[in-house]
Amino acid sequence: MTLPATAAPPAAAPETTPVATSTSAGPELVQLLTPEGERVSHPDYDVDLTDDEYRALYRDLVLVRRIDVEATALQRQGELGIWAALLGQEAAQVGSGRAMRAQDFAFPTYREHGVAWCRGVDPLKLLGLFRGASNGGWDPQEKRFNLYTIVIGSQTLHATGYAMGIVKDGAVGSDDGEAAIAYFGDGASSQGDVNEAFVWASVYNAPVVFFCQNNQWGISTPTDHQTRIPLYLRAQGFGFPGVRVDGNDVLASYAVTRKALDDARNGQGPTLIEAFTYRMGAHTTSDDPTRYRLASELEAWKLKDPLERMRSFLYKQQLVDADFFGQLDADADALAARIRKGCLEMPDPDPLSMFDDVYDEITPLLEQQRATYEAYLSGFAGEGHS
Amino acid sequence: MTRLQSFKLPDLGEGLTEGEILQWMVAPGDEVTLNQVIVEVETAKAAVEVPSPYAGTVHQIHHPAGATVDVGAPIITFDTDPTAGPLVPEGPAEALAADMVPRPSTADRPSADDSGPQGALIGEVGANGRTATLVGYGPKSVTAQRRPRIDGPGSTVSVPSPAGATRPAPARVSALQVGQTAALRSGALTVLVKPPVRKLAKELGVDLTVLRGTGTGGVVTRADVQAAADLPQERPHDTGPAVPQQDSYDPATRETRVPVKGVRKHTAAAMVASAFTAPHVTEFVTLDMTATMQLRERVQAMPEMRDVKVSPLLFVAKALLLAVARNPGINASWDEAAQEIVVKDYVHLGIAAATPRGLLVPTIRDADRLSLPALATALQELAETARAGRTPPAAMTGGTITITNVGMFGVDSGTPILNPGEAAILCLGAVRPRPWVVEAADGTQAVEVRQVTQLSLSFDHRMVDGQLGSQFLSDVAAVLSDPVHALLWS
Repeated sequence: MTLPATAAPPAAAPETTPVATSTSAGPELVQLLTPEGERVSHPDYDVDLTDDEYRALYRDLVLVRRIDVEATALQRQGELGIWAALLGQEAAQVGSGRAMRAQDFAFPTYREHGVAWCRGVDPLKLLGLFRGASNGGWDPQEKRFNLYTIVIGSQTLHATGYAMGIVKDGAVGSDDGEAAIAYFGDGASSQGDVNEAFVWASVYNAPVVFFCQNNQWGISTPTDHQTRIPLYLRAQGFGFPGVRVDGNDVLASYAVTRKALDDARNGQGPTLIEAFTYRMGAHTTSDDPTRYRLASELEAWKLKDPLERMRSFLYKQQLVDADFFGQLDADADALAARIRKGCLEMPDPDPLSMFDDVYDEITPLLEQQRATYEAYLSGFAGEGHS
Repeated sequence: MTRLQSFKLPDLGEGLTEGEILQWMVAPGDEVTLNQVIVEVETAKAAVEVPSPYAGTVHQIHHPAGATVDVGAPIITFDTDPTAGPLVPEGPAEALAADMVPRPSTADRPSADDSGPQGALIGEVGANGRTATLVGYGPKSVTAQRRPRIDGPGSTVSVPSPAGATRPAPARVSALQVGQTAALRSGALTVLVKPPVRKLAKELGVDLTVLRGTGTGGVVTRADVQAAADLPQERPHDTGPAVPQQDSYDPATRETRVPVKGVRKHTAAAMVASAFTAPHVTEFVTLDMTATMQLRERVQAMPEMRDVKVSPLLFVAKALLLAVARNPGINASWDEAAQEIVVKDYVHLGIAAATPRGLLVPTIRDADRLSLPALATALQELAETARAGRTPPAAMTGGTITITNVGMFGVDSGTPILNPGEAAILCLGAVRPRPWVVEAADGTQAVEVRQVTQLSLSFDHRMVDGQLGSQFLSDVAAVLSDPVHALLWS
């Protein structure tokens, strides 16, 4: 697997001495697949997947990484304004994304490309947002995947509010119940919004799962500047369970999220999941991590790569042959070519579309503004809207 | 798709205007695949590798490593169909040439200093066609140009016509302003002015397009218009073409705007970096340099010195080098990243020089190993090269300690700012005949006319304490007061 273009060699001396973050998650980590690809058991969590499902999970990991690498390249080529790479966090996102049921609703940050993939959102919709061709990108209701939220942590409140609504709808208390899942990071864990969401979710026993991808860095701030205790222990103070899972282990991420969502839909209230992982790339394409962290840290995490361990597992279990990987690589290249072509050919949006989704039903005032603007646009000689 | 495709430097961060090419990974003729890393670029935010947007061969590289390139400028051209035989020069090449024609906003600018920054003040349109902003992308002026409207009384929305477009012939437009005015007329720039002031300008016959607004954000104020109306028709001493074209004199405000670029921009950045990073301490010593001045005549008479000028600066430089040997801690730099002080076992002596391009600090490498004649020759060559404006960039790097000679301007002393990265800078004042108390061998004191000067030394107090700085300055003064010290210490 090639590394993306963001992994630039250190070009300048770091301005400050980098702080090493933890590469070891401690004994409390839920793990079902070791970095070497060995299946291990856990007393509380397990998965029993078919061979096809194991292969499908690996396929998700590979395709999601390919989308991410291609999008990063497109940004470097001036085709996207910015891109927030998920490199290294594929397993946490695919595991939790695949653990959701159709009726569940996800509230992402701006980095949940893997979850979007699992929810069936076309990657081109994501690129449209980062290309500036769209203000949102998709219909949140259609895929039950909310719009990317740029404000740090505020989506935890949205998810909690939505979950409180599930209770009012009576759609909780059975295996058919609904649940919400809020994604956020270790940096967001320090936000007031996140802590308020914890309070409300706990007190109202809301069917919401807080899925924190602790990727060790809030841009350039290491986790030891965010917390003095493991993040999952925070839940205890708010009165609901917390669990730390190996975020580079797609099976454990799947198992832990599945259980937390099922608990929520059955009326057991919220759970905090801390997926212990690592942001292997830059925070965004505007960031240069070599300025604040050590290369040795990245090297240590490369040994825990989420794709490599699943690949080893498939090999060792003899679930795949060489054709499988060859076909998957070809599929990944075809996907990359499709999104590159789609990105370059993406049309500018119709200016009038900005009025479409302001309210569920358009107001008379907005109708008037729309008409005025339409008249203005049609007043130009030559080509119409552009 | 055209066979030849040029790739323009994209905005690699958010709202960046330029980037420095660190390294090319490919050369003309090389085969490249899609997304193969072709170049490493350093921006204000990050050093990043840029993947190729095309597959094919490299046709041309437009900027070498080390060049600072504006966002939007072509950096490389690809031949996307190298198997299709030799390139026909007409069609594709023309398309490329058209692509590389400067955009309208750069057409009025001089190209004397291509390496200089092409940025703009906040709110102004830069050479890359974008309006400079503190954050974000900033609008491109090309997209700000107004499309023609169908217009007519039936239109429900009124759009103000571009400023000045309906004005009668402008009252006074000097040659200097034609470019700017043309830009305004074409819609590339817009005069910001409130309607009542616009009305006033119309009444007074003032062409708004030649005014520079003094209000917030460049808004033309009522006072600006009235001042312009009160001006005589022509300035009596219009120097015309003699004024450098990039400096725009505005008769309305009687101010000249000089773009901050090139050496000026570099100097400003270096001085700010130094002044706000290194805590400066400056010490002074006044000394009787008569003995050195007498020695100077004798040295000048030596056969070895036949072809070089023996200046007071030569002896100051030699004294400094001797004092460095006795106080090595003064010849050091601060490594913030490693939290270390780097003491240097070599002296690259910087000499601040006023040149046609601005302040430069060329260095004499390994000055501590040079004999006095060699040092004199090096000083002379350095000065001549700098005066001719031919100092190569490499000669201005790596300095370890610097001398600035303000005495040549007839000034007595100064508090110099450190050349960034160095621990000390010595300032030499003018050598003048002055009354001086001289003590004879028998202890009697008398006032005599002597050749007196003042030295000052600024040093970085992070690494140099008062004791070290004082000892060093005192040693320099000792050699110049009594050159016998040079024999003692060498």
